[in-house]
Amino acid sequence: MSADTVVIGAGLAGLTCALRLAEGGRKVAVVAAGAGSLHLGGATIDILGYDPGVVASPAAVLGPFIRAHPEHPYAQVPPSLWAGALEWLRARCEPLPLMGSMDQNLMLPTAAGALKPSAFAPESVAAGDLSTGGKVALVSFSALKDFYPKLAAANLNRAQPGSAERIEARAIELLGTVAGEADPGTLRLARAFEEAPFRAEVIARLEGRIEPGERVGFPAVLGLYRNPEVVAELAERIGAAVFEIPTLPPSVPGMRLHALLSRALKKARGRVVLGAPVVSSASYNGRLQSVSTDTGARRSSHEARHFVVATGGVSAGGVTLDSSWAFKESALDLPLDGVPPPGTERFCPDVFGSHPASQVGVAVDEEWRPLDAGGRVVYDNVRVCGATLAGAEPHREKSGNGISLVTGYAVADAILRS
Amino acid sequence: MTTDIRASLDHCVKCTICETYCPVSAATPLFPGPKYVGPQAERFRSAGAPGSSGSVDESLDYCSGCGICSQVCPQGVKIAEINARARARMKAQRGVPLRDRIIARPSASARFATPVAPLANRALASPVLRYLAEALMGVHRKAPLPRFASRTFQTRQRRHSSADSSLPTSAKVVYFHGCGVNFFEPRLGEMAVAVLERNGFEVIVPPQDCCGLPLQSNGLFSDARAYVQRLASNLAPYARAGIPIVSTSTSCSLMLKREAHEILGEDSEDLAVVSEQMYDICELLAGLLGRGELDTRFQPVSLTIPYHAPCQQRGHGIGSPALDLLELIPGLEVIEQDAQCCGIAGTYGLKKEKYDIAMAVGRPLFESISELGASLAACDSETCRWQIAHATGVPVVHPIELLHRAYVGEQ
Repeated sequence: MSADTVVIGAGLAGLTCALRLAEGGRKVAVVAAGAGSLHLGGATIDILGYDPGVVASPAAVLGPFIRAHPEHPYAQVPPSLWAGALEWLRARCEPLPLMGSMDQNLMLPTAAGALKPSAFAPESVAAGDLSTGGKVALVSFSALKDFYPKLAAANLNRAQPGSAERIEARAIELLGTVAGEADPGTLRLARAFEEAPFRAEVIARLEGRIEPGERVGFPAVLGLYRNPEVVAELAERIGAAVFEIPTLPPSVPGMRLHALLSRALKKARGRVVLGAPVVSSASYNGRLQSVSTDTGARRSSHEARHFVVATGGVSAGGVTLDSSWAFKESALDLPLDGVPPPGTERFCPDVFGSHPASQVGVAVDEEWRPLDAGGRVVYDNVRVCGATLAGAEPHREKSGNGISLVTGYAVADAILRS
Repeated sequence: MTTDIRASLDHCVKCTICETYCPVSAATPLFPGPKYVGPQAERFRSAGAPGSSGSVDESLDYCSGCGICSQVCPQGVKIAEINARARARMKAQRGVPLRDRIIARPSASARFATPVAPLANRALASPVLRYLAEALMGVHRKAPLPRFASRTFQTRQRRHSSADSSLPTSAKVVYFHGCGVNFFEPRLGEMAVAVLERNGFEVIVPPQDCCGLPLQSNGLFSDARAYVQRLASNLAPYARAGIPIVSTSTSCSLMLKREAHEILGEDSEDLAVVSEQMYDICELLAGLLGRGELDTRFQPVSLTIPYHAPCQQRGHGIGSPALDLLELIPGLEVIEQDAQCCGIAGTYGLKKEKYDIAMAVGRPLFESISELGASLAACDSETCRWQIAHATGVPVVHPIELLHRAYVGEQ
């Protein structure tokens, strides 16, 4: 198979890059070991949530943050590109509008009842913003094991946002089976909410149980792709604002965002090959010529003028770490930056703290091309984006999807310009 | 390799991506989903040899074997393959219905039906007989069954000879037509041969029987092994001579490429060499295109057609070569469908207890095709074509038929 650009990886970074290239008229093929991580996350676009305290306004903090972290992927993004990247995603998300801004982080309740600073979120999730407090009733089903409204409400009552306005949260648990099932997952519930009789039953069970001035929060299962209609109907019939809280995987908001991007990619004549891990590559004279994927009987070769590595970091398998503490970039064996020297402490007490290995990734030049330890470009026609890049701590900064979006967009920009 | 398939379940991180893609669990609660039935339940089944007992539960039988879970798993867990093996163990314990033994042997049924094709087709179209077949055998009365051709592709091909047998080996291909072409769609085989010849190939059609895939997917592993071993040894001499083997059946070619190895655990040298030379016909032609060797003198075909890449085609991991080829045809607008699966999964949707599930699985695809109002659709896999045509009333062709039409000009 030959294409203008082969993008390795099908998460937010890879799909953003591939879609933008396909829309720009390039012939694009996405090859990936499997589906990307969009289905696992809440589809919020976190730009910068902590530095190290809670960030109120990403726009105000980003400049100083970049100056303090010159190795961070954000430092490589031309300032002029930010607005374009965000507008681009907003336009792609039009059927399920993306709300929020760079000026003010939303404070979104999580399934555990913490508050998460996110710059952008799907409309139904953003409607749960508690940055200025408010009264919320969290509704869920006793049959759903992945969401405990009592736990979430109790924690929210403790997690005050710091403003004068307070959060008052309480739980409403709907007992019994759901659509005839004793043990439904979020996916089954989301499908049930697409059916009018099920919605009517839920509405009837909430009759008279919502207090004036309360917003009603559900786990994010309010329909799959018909989410706006489902939310609107519930809000109208319940007589209160309705919002969704992203759950444990499978994450329905993540599935919705994935569907928007992958359908747009198909429409733009982009190709996607899943179940095809890159197992070898061929290069000549500093240029990558092809990557080969494992297809069972024999290897399948993909030639292209440009290649993009968007395979994710350690958690997604884009960077692997073995028990001897050896790191490896899994697709092309690119040099890795930020690898802790032998003897470095391997374990840290704080799960969300800084870890010596948390910034491991591929270092790139201003054109997003991989660099070796001496700062030389490894391949002229390879670019890297998303969590594979060195220098970030997304789990700590709350910057994961932000990095994937803007670097995926910026890499496409670099290819379209070349 | 056989142990690797099962061992792959240890890579499952419970991310649930397979659950979000599974078209069957989206359509019926009878199938709890690939993660539960696959890597999770497998831990509770006996790790012993096939036939050993274990807590294999009935929901496993509702897996259609489409293979999407294995394709989307980011951790490389062979979910569908694990399920296929577990189903074989379950069927060995609990017995295999006569129906499954019959519908899993298309070439054996055809041996009786082909000589009396008009009669057989009339019988298959008779509501009374279909009602009886459902009641007595469990083949759903509405399930899409193909019509037998009165002369097999092998018979029709006997008089045909590819132009020049003095051509070098590099210009020879073996055509593996499979049962679909041989007994039901011989015209497709003739078009495939014509398209290959148009591109300078001498096409060899050796005698061949079923690849055993329907037996494998119905859990009849030892019978499936016998078929695939026989086929592999028939085709191996050509493969050893470096001659590519091309197929118009994406599921049968996938069987030879890797399923016989990964699911049945077949590891004969014959199969290995055949696997390596096995090509989907669009894959082979797109390869020619990539090297600038494809004859691209196409006549316009003024049509807008929906194209569905079947699950088994996607299982090849070769991208969408049919789309690469069809976009070369002037006037032809191809709309790639976004739906996962048509539901039929070979023989799954023929079964009385599964017909409605299969139709529900395919509904998004059927609706999308119907909404386009197209007069024709394209799909690489035979049973999928029959299912889509049955559900939508829109005739469905193999992409090769469109290429053939573009080569000869519209009549």
